[in-house]
Amino acid sequence: MTTYEVVLVRTGVANLASVAAGLRRAGAQVTIADDAASVDRADRLVLPGVGSFAAAMTQLRSRELVAPLAQRIRDGRPTVAICLGLQLLGTASEESPDALGLAAFPACATRFDDRVRVPQLGWNAVRPDAECTWLRPGYAYFANSYRLTACPPGWQAAWADHGGPFVAALERGSILACQFHPELSGQWGVSLLQRWLAATNAEVSPC
Amino acid sequence: MLTRRIIPCLDCRDGRVVKGVRFANLRDMGAPVECAAAYQDQGADEIVVLDIAATPVGREHQAETVRAVREVLSIPLTVGGGIRTVENARALLDAGADKVAVNTAAVRDPALIDALAGEFGCQCTVLAVDAVRNGDGGWRVAVRSGAEHTPVDAVAWCREAVQRGAGEILLTSWDRDGTRDGYDLELLAAVASAVTVPVIASGGAASPAHLIEALKAGADAVLAASIFHESQYTVQEVKLYLAGNGIEVRR
Repeated sequence: MTTYEVVLVRTGVANLASVAAGLRRAGAQVTIADDAASVDRADRLVLPGVGSFAAAMTQLRSRELVAPLAQRIRDGRPTVAICLGLQLLGTASEESPDALGLAAFPACATRFDDRVRVPQLGWNAVRPDAECTWLRPGYAYFANSYRLTACPPGWQAAWADHGGPFVAALERGSILACQFHPELSGQWGVSLLQRWLAATNAEVSPC
Repeated sequence: MLTRRIIPCLDCRDGRVVKGVRFANLRDMGAPVECAAAYQDQGADEIVVLDIAATPVGREHQAETVRAVREVLSIPLTVGGGIRTVENARALLDAGADKVAVNTAAVRDPALIDALAGEFGCQCTVLAVDAVRNGDGGWRVAVRSGAEHTPVDAVAWCREAVQRGAGEILLTSWDRDGTRDGYDLELLAAVASAVTVPVIASGGAASPAHLIEALKAGADAVLAASIFHESQYTVQEVKLYLAGNGIEVRR
């Protein structure tokens, strides 16, 4: 199997062991880093996310990663954002009303409806829009209390339902943002990561 | 739609999977890595690893077990048994656990739940409760693997734990554990309606019909050990049966 180099961002609030093991299973060679130069240089980057929106942004800011991450997303360079990582790409979250996100797109994450179990913990059916490149229909494992309910302009979305439809994942070019955990979504998740790793092999020029 | 989860549980002691009745008369069921991998292949939605010895020596085995299981597992892994501090939890998460379950230590010091949720998030913090019937229609909390019955009301404790930040309840009927009489459905219904977080039913399952009863009583997930360990049913067979009875499962 070809090995693909991936830089995994240490956000300080995420548990990296599971993500690193999942990426290795998909064929990646994982380096953990938390400096701006690594985020800037990485051919492929994974932004994990566990914990609260504000805590994660505070950690990114203290490591001076906000600008390089936002630039990387704007430039469309190969990046996977996981769980809270997807929400951080937006502008804000109900979870932390005073915190500003990476603002790659205008979106505010909101809390699931009270009529369903929160946090959402478990496997939910993912339905990608026809325009999606990476995402396929299947079951993914979610662990979240907040979510997006609309697809930002210029992105393609996959959807799931928990008290109403929500954004299960977003993609745009070489960027894949998953509300679910691909590293915990069985063979379906491994295959998704493998497709992304293989297709991001070529150097992507900034737009 | 969110599917119902089937969760095989590996009760571990000194790095081996064991099974007994009410935590006694333990029998060796195999190595954790092989058991976990086999259940994953059968379609398990998650694996729970509980260290039932919870001794200092056991804790070393526990981290080793988690590391080894993580390498083969691409589904969620919850770990519990003997977690007393944020640092104990961190060591297990660093070894590859996705969620940690606390029981006795949280009853002794409920602020442990706040600390874990604050540090790792509520989606990572599971409250494990061993509930025992108290004769007047309620349940009390048992700790130290059932050895000590506290005066704490089990349903009120679940409610408090959720307010403190527990994101999931692993609810074991101590009266039913290992008995094969089916889950305590009244207990399940009482807790499921008292909290807003997911509830995992545990203790007493011997057949797929028992799992259906628990899911209909309000459980979001069912945990079982002996029905899978003794190869009476594979996870896949159980899921086919559940799907045939109108319950949404991942297939």
